Amino acid sequence: MPDGAMPLAGAASVLDVRNLKTVFRIRGGEVHAVNDVSFSLKAGELLGVVGESGSGKSVTMMSLLGLLPMPPAEVRGGTVRFEGQDLLQIGAEDLRRVRGGRIGFVFQDPMTSLNPVFTVGMQIMEPLRTHMGLSKTAARARAQELLELVGIPGAKQRLDDYPHQFSGGMRQRVMIAIALACDPQVLIADEPTTALDVTIQAQIIELMLELRQRLGMAVIWITHDLGVIAGIADRVMVMYGGQVVEHAPVKELFANPQHPYTRALLTTIPRISGARAHRLTVIQGQPPIMGAAPTACPFRDRCDVAIPRCAVENPPRFDLGGGHDAACFVAKGAV
Amino acid sequence: MLTYTLRRLLIAIPTLLFIAFVIFMLLELAPGDPMANMPLTIPPEVKEKMREALGLGQPWYVRFPLWLNQFFIVEPQYWIDGLFGTNFADGAQRIISFQSRSPVFDTIAQRLPQTLWVVGMSYVVGVLIALPIGIISAYRQYSVFDQAGTFVSMIGFSVPPFFSGVLLIVIFSVTLGWLPSIYDTTLVVNDWASFKQQLAQMVMPVMVLALQTTAQVSRYMRASMLDNLGQDYVRTARAKGMRESVVVLRHVLRNSMIPVITVIALGIPSIFGGAIITEQIFKVNGLGQLLIIALQGNDIPMVMTLTFLFAILIVLFNLIADVLYGVFDPRIRYD
Ligand SMILES: Nc1ncnc2c1ncn2[C@@H]1O[C@H](COP(=O)(O)OP(=O)(O)OP(=O)(O)O)[C@@H](O)[C@H]1O
Ligand SMILES: [Mg+2]
Repeated sequence: MPDGAMPLAGAASVLDVRNLKTVFRIRGGEVHAVNDVSFSLKAGELLGVVGESGSGKSVTMMSLLGLLPMPPAEVRGGTVRFEGQDLLQIGAEDLRRVRGGRIGFVFQDPMTSLNPVFTVGMQIMEPLRTHMGLSKTAARARAQELLELVGIPGAKQRLDDYPHQFSGGMRQRVMIAIALACDPQVLIADEPTTALDVTIQAQIIELMLELRQRLGMAVIWITHDLGVIAGIADRVMVMYGGQVVEHAPVKELFANPQHPYTRALLTTIPRISGARAHRLTVIQGQPPIMGAAPTACPFRDRCDVAIPRCAVENPPRFDLGGGHDAACFVAKGAV
Repeated sequence: MLTYTLRRLLIAIPTLLFIAFVIFMLLELAPGDPMANMPLTIPPEVKEKMREALGLGQPWYVRFPLWLNQFFIVEPQYWIDGLFGTNFADGAQRIISFQSRSPVFDTIAQRLPQTLWVVGMSYVVGVLIALPIGIISAYRQYSVFDQAGTFVSMIGFSVPPFFSGVLLIVIFSVTLGWLPSIYDTTLVVNDWASFKQQLAQMVMPVMVLALQTTAQVSRYMRASMLDNLGQDYVRTARAKGMRESVVVLRHVLRNSMIPVITVIALGIPSIFGGAIITEQIFKVNGLGQLLIIALQGNDIPMVMTLTFLFAILIVLFNLIADVLYGVFDPRIRYD
């Protein structure tokens, strides 16, 4: 069984995703972008999600909150338990209250993620007024507080500025302020630093970590950059071909990677610490585009330890003990 | 913004002078004699006198500055005199129609209200119908509504007013007898019955002109909405938990209106051109009809003045469109 229930030790999970399947209907067929993805997020923890471009990281997270354009996207199955309800089942109005209210989202590209014709203040005040019912003055005061929180100097005046008057790093701070506006339980950050240059990246990462400490929310952090993940995550989930191929506490993953894809990823981290990791193109071959639900291991063509079984059966996530699992037949401890 | 506008107005002056010169020379070169309609019994020497009285004896380099002086200085003086009871004009020679022998601007002032009512109303109606059609068509792309909208605008684009106008007359005036086919300009609206009569006689010309406006503006609106619906900031607005109506009618619409407003402004002068034909069909004695009659009668001062006024409108609304662009898009700075 791909994955099955993997009870997590310790704290209760705030978000629990089971067997999520998302498909895009396109001309002449389908793209199975998310195949049977399961994971959970405990209160206050930081879950890192890595995988090369096209592995389905963004589509997974947007499926949770119904943020994909439908059509072409279609969530075919699964459950997303959050605060006692299944986000895939609840009505549009209830889901809307979760979005931006209980779960905040920070997107990859701060240059295009803000509305160019409204002031930054208005865009921060919107969720405050909608979800918390604040008056205009109260929302403005809170918006100013938020801008100060994310470290924008001269917050009070800058509320009346438009996005184009901010630099990329500053816009991402604004995006973070918007995501944090209503004190969410969970913050999903989809490659929040990829579009920024290195020094700004470091600032944003530091800011996010500090805010997490202060506000105590759980975070899902999507990135290409294993180097970043090593420093900040509690647990790491590695995705490939729309599936979770390996998942472990961060130290365990770096010390004892079991999936050949994870091992390949780890070799792409540059030696010089602090420098930005390469885009993960060093692995030979291309990631697959899944035209149908997988019946074989999606990584087998690029894998150097593949066995005949990999071509006829999609490996489930084998529990390797200590909260570590890997979807590979040749993983140590796999059956 | 103000300096930009002033600069543009200054640039418009040589442009307009050049246009005036071109129109003047074209009419100068055109064949035709304003005396052609005079009875043949008038002796040639009397005809020559009349020609001189009309100012036709002078070469063009004398008459062109004379006309400019009349158009830009004398006529505004008469206008101000009329408004405030002053006496700037001091009996100076006005632009006189060859046909009616009365000042061109007096005739225009008489005709303007009819054209404004019909043309202006049809433009307002056309735009008001077009905007919601464009918005819904884009939001429900490829739906039945969208297909129907596409079909109607195709008709609006491809069916000329001289056909749709006559068709309407045949259906609603001749066959059904519901609406009058001739626009009664002498009608005075002073009670409910005459108001209804005014409405009834406006319906068809307004519809014919509005169909064209609707076709164009709804297409622009739809394209612009579609452009914006796919933008990242729309996803951000949804991720913030904004209501769908807020996402579409605030975030998307505000951005989509920027190019559409320019199109609407640029279209205002061209609708006067469309009125020429529609006014002929419905016998509205507005400016369009005036121009046709003036052309037929070789009434050069009238043709010159009307054509030049039209040119001024085009230049003016180009300027207005640019200024509006700056007003609605905070990213545009004119300094
Ligand atoms: N609108 C869409 N229509 C069709 N296929 C799509 C669409 N959006 C995403 N996909 C497909 O879904 C798969 C997963 O995409 P996703 O954006 O989740 O990748 P990702 O892991 O986030 O990559 P990146 O690191 O580049 O952001 C890709 O194969 C992509 O082709
Ligand atoms: Mg992505």
